[in-house]
Amino acid sequence: MTDLLEPAPPAPEAPLDLDEPRLIDPGLPVGDRMFHGITRSISVFVLVVTGSIGVFLGYQAVPTLHRYGLRFFTETQWIPERNKIGVASVLVGTVEIAVIALVVAFPLALLTALYISEYSPAWLKSSLIAMIDLMAAVPSVIYGLWGFHILQPHALLISRWLATNLGWLPLFKVDTDPRAAFWAQSAFTSSAFIAGLCVSMMVIPLACAVMLGVFRQAPLGEREGALALGSTRWGMIRTVVLPFGRGGIIGGTMLGLGRALGETIAVLLIISPSFDIKIKILSNGANTVSALIAGNFGEATSAQLTALLAAGFMLFIMTIGINTVAAVFVGRSRSGAGTDI
Amino acid sequence: MTLTEPRPPAAAPPRPAGSSLEADKVSAWFGSNKVLDRVSLTMPARSVTALIGPSGCGKSTFLRILNRMHESVASARLAGEVRLNGIDIYAPGGHITSTRKRIGMVFQKPNPFPAMSIGDNVTAGLKLTGTRASRAQKATLIEQCLTRAGLWDEVKDRLGEAGSALSGGQQQRLCIARSLAVNPEVLLMDEPCSALDPTSTYRIEQTIAELSNEITIVIVTHNMQQAVRVSQQCAFFLAAQGTPGVIVEAGSTEQIFNQPKDERTSDYVNGRFG
Repeated sequence: MTDLLEPAPPAPEAPLDLDEPRLIDPGLPVGDRMFHGITRSISVFVLVVTGSIGVFLGYQAVPTLHRYGLRFFTETQWIPERNKIGVASVLVGTVEIAVIALVVAFPLALLTALYISEYSPAWLKSSLIAMIDLMAAVPSVIYGLWGFHILQPHALLISRWLATNLGWLPLFKVDTDPRAAFWAQSAFTSSAFIAGLCVSMMVIPLACAVMLGVFRQAPLGEREGALALGSTRWGMIRTVVLPFGRGGIIGGTMLGLGRALGETIAVLLIISPSFDIKIKILSNGANTVSALIAGNFGEATSAQLTALLAAGFMLFIMTIGINTVAAVFVGRSRSGAGTDI
Repeated sequence: MTLTEPRPPAAAPPRPAGSSLEADKVSAWFGSNKVLDRVSLTMPARSVTALIGPSGCGKSTFLRILNRMHESVASARLAGEVRLNGIDIYAPGGHITSTRKRIGMVFQKPNPFPAMSIGDNVTAGLKLTGTRASRAQKATLIEQCLTRAGLWDEVKDRLGEAGSALSGGQQQRLCIARSLAVNPEVLLMDEPCSALDPTSTYRIEQTIAELSNEITIVIVTHNMQQAVRVSQQCAFFLAAQGTPGVIVEAGSTEQIFNQPKDERTSDYVNGRFG
């Protein structure tokens, strides 16, 4: 032991009752040290990769930002031939579609997770969880095709209903007469609303899995405490499960939001690109940053490419920001310790 | 339930008759594994019945059957009847929530709701059972229940603090107060002191003694001395290797500990096994 510490001075003049914190060797065995080293270097590697993507994007964005300055953020059009390039409309479109997806996905994910964790019989539980996992495994291009060919014809009826009954809200207004004998279907197709509906299908399994994870961790003791007081199951859920799972609910939703912001191919298949900032979510035409990049990447010149990368950088920053906020929320909650985000 | 007439704290007037609980040929299974075999026991009104026996003999299962907590486990089944004042609590048409409200339970590990303040913890049962009460009624109830649980003096100045900030013994008394707030006729306690230090244990035993003037109490305990100190009746459970639990002997606590009829009871209460 002595070789690990400051060697005890044999000289009698040094008092042995020194009341100072001593050095303590952690005494880790070789196996532990190796494992520690390996895991640490892998985590550092992940950080380095993420960081270098950010640095790369930022570096690529510099010429564009330098050239267009603030105009890059206020310009809505993307017409490189006329030297008009800006992300105003696509950023708004991205947020719009993500918010629509969340508004649809949040209640569905929450109620599904509650049903699976609290109400479903044991024999159904595992198959439901498998179905949710399966939903997450479907490639987004499939969701895109499904959204365009199968969802859209039905969703148009919802769009029309919303426009007819809530059209006085600018959000649901469509510049057509929904009561006309032949209603102009094409005014409703390829809208942000339909793209958002489709993206919500991809958000649900993600958000649901995170919520389910925390709901199932809600302490049995507290659950039984509530039930033993004569509570209904719903009362127990409100008193124990939901407060405990708050971090997971917020975190799962934010994680879903991150997914929705970045979703590319499904959106690209559904929307018809437009470059106007518009809040009429039901009417034809929408755009997002990732759809812009995917749609223009192929025929871009090198200058256009840096402009697209600059747009990508904006998306990267937005997503990182949201995930950071989510992590803070989750970390603060009681269930946070056991939540993956 | 009447919250309006504030009762004098600590010495609440006893119910006229109190409620008795009677288990009749209760068997229990988890899946195909039988854990209790035709257990019958009468738990008289306004007294303390202790359930003793080694681990794994079915005492806790039996206790959980008494307020329908048993069936919250997916594979749990049971046979027989549990009668509260002569009426089977498992009879068709009976409400599980009202049964649990009438037969309260205190668990081995203190389980206050951590997101709630001390005061809110006490009145949680009102919210959960949909009982409306004014702010003043709640305040009265909080004082009353905390006093009956022997916690009032320690927390009266910090009712707004989180329940989880209390010590283990205080948390357990908070849980007792929480159970009392819905005015149960019977209180079941599953080793309420096993996680507590001797001082807290003493306080809870005092609380039990005071409460037993008003309500029927059934307590599972591993502590022989505790059974002697708090209970008037005693039932000795035993499960021989590979067989379901049964009651070997039940009777007055004095008789069980001083003149046990069965040799196994004698061995157990004298600490020769278990």
